[in-house]
Amino acid sequence: MDFSIVVHHGIQITDGIMFLITETTVNTWIIMGLLFLFGIVVRVKSRKWDFTKKPTGLQNFIEMCVESWEKFFIANSSTRVLYLAPWFFVLFMFLLVSNMIGVTGLRPPTADWGMTFPLAFSTFCLIIFAGMRHRPKKYLKGIFLEPLFVFAPLNIIGELARPISLSFRLFGNILGGMILLSLLYGIAPIFVQFVLPAPLHMYFDLAAGALQAVIFVVLSLTFVGIASED
Amino acid sequence: MYHPLAFAIAVSHIAAAIALLNGILTTMGQGKVAASAVEAIARQPEAKGSITTTMFIGCGFAETGGVYGLLIAFLLIFVNPLINNNIQYLLG
Repeated sequence: MDFSIVVHHGIQITDGIMFLITETTVNTWIIMGLLFLFGIVVRVKSRKWDFTKKPTGLQNFIEMCVESWEKFFIANSSTRVLYLAPWFFVLFMFLLVSNMIGVTGLRPPTADWGMTFPLAFSTFCLIIFAGMRHRPKKYLKGIFLEPLFVFAPLNIIGELARPISLSFRLFGNILGGMILLSLLYGIAPIFVQFVLPAPLHMYFDLAAGALQAVIFVVLSLTFVGIASED
Repeated sequence: MYHPLAFAIAVSHIAAAIALLNGILTTMGQGKVAASAVEAIARQPEAKGSITTTMFIGCGFAETGGVYGLLIAFLLIFVNPLINNNIQYLLG
């Protein structure tokens, strides 16, 4: 059985450097297309909305989403970095859809460390950005002089471990679910493959996928909030 | 005498099984999280919603160690970067 990522196409840039178009890339494009389509539909429809009257239908739903996301953001992070809320909403929607796409039979893009590590690394960059923008002196002091300057290497290793632990948590969960389900489809006889996988799909794709998306975003929000607040 | 490849594969499978043993402590930790959540709900039934959310997030955190072990087991079985080194060492 082969669980490796299918490479559809490789473009040679220079000697030894290849730009690979893999299964992950294609599935990411599919998810991006879905999200872009939804966003464009909402944007086109929102030109007719009147924000002084009572909202109805789709407008009601979108306003509820935005409002509850802001509440969630403030509960887990701080009001100082509220301008980052749209980025984390996009991250959350992307992770939610890409973890759940295993239901359709496609390989989830998050079952590839090359997908989850850049997402975690963006969180790492945002932590440094929030710390340097909102309280630069205290943030640098917290890393280099806290509790003594001798512990600076330990603090730096602790900071560097954050994106790795974030990305491995998401990657391992989604990859584990994917491998378990493909083992079931590969080994089990044909009459077992009809009804029995449904609860497993429900747990490994829907429940665990949503839970891991929430955990990834909540942890990122907490780190950014801690870095920006005094 | 055994074949070196067979020995290397057997050793990596045993190592994967040992790596998965951390599931014992992970599951105990998750059980502790769930037990504390049940106690908290019994003491304060009106805070059930927020306690349940916090419990799920805590379960996710507690799962991390087990997931690391799972990843190491996957690496040892499916990828195994060390198998060539093992064979070269065993062949002398």
